[in-house]
Order: sequence, then structure tokens, then C-alpha cells
Amino acid sequence: MITETAPYTTIDIDQIRLDFPILNQKVNGKQLVYFDNAATTQKPSQVIDAISEYYEGYNANIHRGIHHLAEKATSAYEATRATVKTFLNAKSIEEIIFTRGVTESINLVANSYGRHNIRSGDEIIISTMEHHSNIVPWQMLCEEKGAILKVIPINEQGEILFDEYLKLLSSRTKIVSIVYVSNALGTINPVKDIIEAAHNVGAVVLIDGAQSTSHLDIDVQDLDCDFYTFSAHKLYGPTGVGVLYGKKNILNDMPPYQGGGEMIKEVSFTKTTYNELPYKFEAGTPNIADTIALKAAIDYISKLGKSTLAVYENELLAYCTSQLLEINGLRLIGEADQKVSIASFVIDGVHHQDLAILLDGDGVAVRTGHHCTQPLMARMGILGTTRASFSKKKKKSEIDLFINSLNKAIKMLK
Amino acid sequence: MSTEEIQQKIIEEFAYFDNWADKYEYIIEMGKKLPSLSDEFKTEDNKIKGCQSNVWLHAIMQNGLVEFKADSDSVIVKGLISMLIRVLSLHTPDEIISSDLMFIDKIGMTQHLAQTRSNGLLSMLKQMKFYAMAYKAKAQIT
Repeated sequence: MITETAPYTTIDIDQIRLDFPILNQKVNGKQLVYFDNAATTQKPSQVIDAISEYYEGYNANIHRGIHHLAEKATSAYEATRATVKTFLNAKSIEEIIFTRGVTESINLVANSYGRHNIRSGDEIIISTMEHHSNIVPWQMLCEEKGAILKVIPINEQGEILFDEYLKLLSSRTKIVSIVYVSNALGTINPVKDIIEAAHNVGAVVLIDGAQSTSHLDIDVQDLDCDFYTFSAHKLYGPTGVGVLYGKKNILNDMPPYQGGGEMIKEVSFTKTTYNELPYKFEAGTPNIADTIALKAAIDYISKLGKSTLAVYENELLAYCTSQLLEINGLRLIGEADQKVSIASFVIDGVHHQDLAILLDGDGVAVRTGHHCTQPLMARMGILGTTRASFSKKKKKSEIDLFINSLNKAIKMLK
Repeated sequence: MSTEEIQQKIIEEFAYFDNWADKYEYIIEMGKKLPSLSDEFKTEDNKIKGCQSNVWLHAIMQNGLVEFKADSDSVIVKGLISMLIRVLSLHTPDEIISSDLMFIDKIGMTQHLAQTRSNGLLSMLKQMKFYAMAYKAKAQIT
């Protein structure tokens, strides 16, 4: 069903690039250089093929039909769940819930766990570097329940101040929700220590794995997090699918988030009983095709080996950072000791939007702006940054193209 | 000159450029030349917030003509603004309301008015026409 890829013994970037059909195109007459992987990664043929194979070969609604196509679709869909379970090292498949992505996962936890457990005066802790999707659902919950949102401060390098975090923890703390890897800065947060400290005061911890899942090996049992969430599209998979991992006992005690088909056991007009985990949280016909393709994405990344890729990505980051630092008036935003391959920066007297327009003219795709982290930008005293984010399929020569293009743009703008 | 004639002139100026970079160099140059709006007009009321950059627009009515002044924190947006001002400023409300700003498309800058550019330029253009309508309505009342 899934196109087989020859195993890579070492990192053969030219070979890997062949797996990504989109990279073979020109933008404004120039070869595309795609440095916006933190926003979304491109998709290998294996993922694209999995989607078309489903629609061409066995499109059917799952979990209900008795016919051949429905059974085939159901088993492919459930095969993804089993793959995710192994990928995250969860204890059981019941702990793997499919959502639309990280945003929906966090909203699910805030609405279900949060509304069920949070009382007036309780406290929820997040950090300064959270994405808006890990701020707003908690603000809404706090407003409804009269709870208090506390924010862990960070230092100039973009690292969480751990001692300050410990001071915020108390018996009032009920939820800690933290990003593993910052999308704007690339910082890798010490989540294992954060989780342990939260558990010591009896709080549950949600880890936003939007950026971490493609770069780091994830073991939810080792982390001991209560919830972990990631989006498929940042992991070479399709858009519109995400995963919420939750510890079984916690998920069991949580009320359903949305009502509808699939999540019920029996319905009458007087009483409805709910389905078992994980279906209790999967109301309605899910995004079947893209969920099936998520397995292809995970198989792809697993075959390449995340830790081998990390070494390569770190080399790219180090090279790019050294080249960026040669540029006059350039200031890196996010200089944590532990970070992934994201280079965010500002340049004196140059607006990030102008840079993005001129880089685009050279076929270079970067992200500019506040990266949906306005409170973080305010903390750093800036309006936005230019962010180049790399993935395994990048080449050193592309960084040279990017730096050349950047220097050209700065010359035009200054 | 009518708004139509000014637009024609801009289109002719851009016809000299046969590549992308020269075009932007020219827009940046115009952006740098456009005088900054003084702080008294850079108010929250005059601010048009974009996701990436901001625009400030100030309008006054004198002798039956609407004069626009504007600014942006992005120099490319400022260059685009300077062209909008060149076309629309110091015209009557009726001229401004009825003007069809076809030059934007003709010089290949339509993408800057697209939703994803999030630079406040599209809102600014609408706001310029609103000002003209408001001044026209005001003139009719008094």
C-alpha cells in the first residue's frame, strides 16, 4: 500500500530531496528554497501516495460498514493509531486520540479536563514563549471558572527561568501547559524537570509537541507527561490531523468534548451512553485519508531515524547561525543552549516584512512576523522576527543562497 | 492631472523595469522619500493594523480637495502608499470615490493587496475612499 523507500544508511540529502516533489520547482524564475518548515513541512511522495491510494482504492466510512472497503479503511485508520502509540511509546492505543491538530487538542483538554476539574482560585501555569494556541484556551477557561493564569518568565537567551517556575508552583496549581520546543526561538525546554516538579504539587502537565515531534525522540512514559500533542503537518504528514496523547486513567475520567456519531455507545432521547476510549473523543466522521497518511509520514521519518537527522539539522543550524552573525546589525532572537534548527533574527533598521518580500523574489520562503507569539515578542521588545527553519531535506548550498539573498535585500533596504 | 492620467504616468515609469529587483528598488526609493507622518498624526485612531506591518493614514479637506498623508513601518509598504497618495491626494471626493485603481494590477503589485500580505494596505485603500465619502456627505449637509 505504501511506496517503499530504500533505507538510507547515511544522510543522502540529494536522495531525500527526490522524495519531495514540491521542491523541484522555480519561484520567480529561481530554484525554490523552502525555509519555512516550522510553519509546515513539505510532504514526501510516500505521504501523498497514501492519500491518493486511499481515495482511489478503499475510500469508505470507518468503524461501521461491514463491507470490504469499510473494513480495509478501518484497519488502515487503526494501523495509524498503533503506529502513533509506538512512535510516542504510549502504553496503549486507547491513549491515542486523533484531533485536527495541536490547537484542537489543547482546546479539548481545556474544555473537557479543564472545565471538569478547575475551580475558582485554581491556577494554571504556562510560559512566556507559548504559541497563542497554548494561551487563549487557558485564558478562556480561567475567565469562565475564575481561575488564574500564571506565566513563567524567560531570560534574554529565550530560556525558561526554572527557579521562577518552582516559585509559581503551589497546591493551587492544577494544570501546567508548556511548549516542548519554541516555534519562534527554537528553544528546547527542560520538560522532564518541569513535569516532575508539577507532579510534586499534584498538577497535570500538557506538553505542546508541535515543534518537538519532528526533531526529538519522544517517549511519553519516560517524560511522564499527562498529555502530549502534535500536528501531522509539521511532521511531513498532511494538514488537518493531529494527535492527543493522554494517560488512560485521566482520559477515562474526562467527559466527552463534542457530541455526535462515533463517540456514543447507545442513544435514546432520554439517555445516551458514551463509547469507550479513544472513540469517546472522536465524534463524527474523522479525517480518514489524512490520518491514514500520517502513518506513512511516521514510517518515513522512522526509517530515516530522527537522531541521525538531528545531527545533520544541527550542523545546518550552526552553519547558518555563523553566516548570519557576519551580517552587520543582525541580532539573533533565541540563543538558548538547547535549541532545534530554527534561526530567528532581527536586523537594525530593516522591517521583517520587507525582507520577506525581497527574499520571496529570490525564491526563498521564510516566515516573518510575530509567529503567533505576541506576548513573547513583547517580552523581547520587538514586533516580529524573520525566521528560517530547516528540515532534514535542506542543503548547505541553500543556506548560502539564503544568506546571499539576505545580504542583497539588506543592501536594498538600508 | 486626473487620477487616470497620474496612473498612466506611473504605469509608464514602471514599463522601464524589466526585472523584479529594479521594480522593488524603485518602490523602496519612493518609500524612503515619502516624508514621515509627524507623531501627532500617528495616533491609534489613524492606525490601520496589519498582521505584519502597520499603516497610519491622515486626511484633511481643504478647498474642496482631500489631502492624504500616510506612513508605514515597512519601507516597501511606504513606497506603495506613496503611489496611492500620488494618485488620490488633492482630488475632489467624487474623483476619489469613482477612481478605479487599475495601475496596481498593471505594475504587477496586486499581490500586495491580497489577504495574506496582511500589511494593512487594502484596508488603507478602503479607508481613503471612506474619507472621501465622509467628506462628500459632510459637504452636502453644511
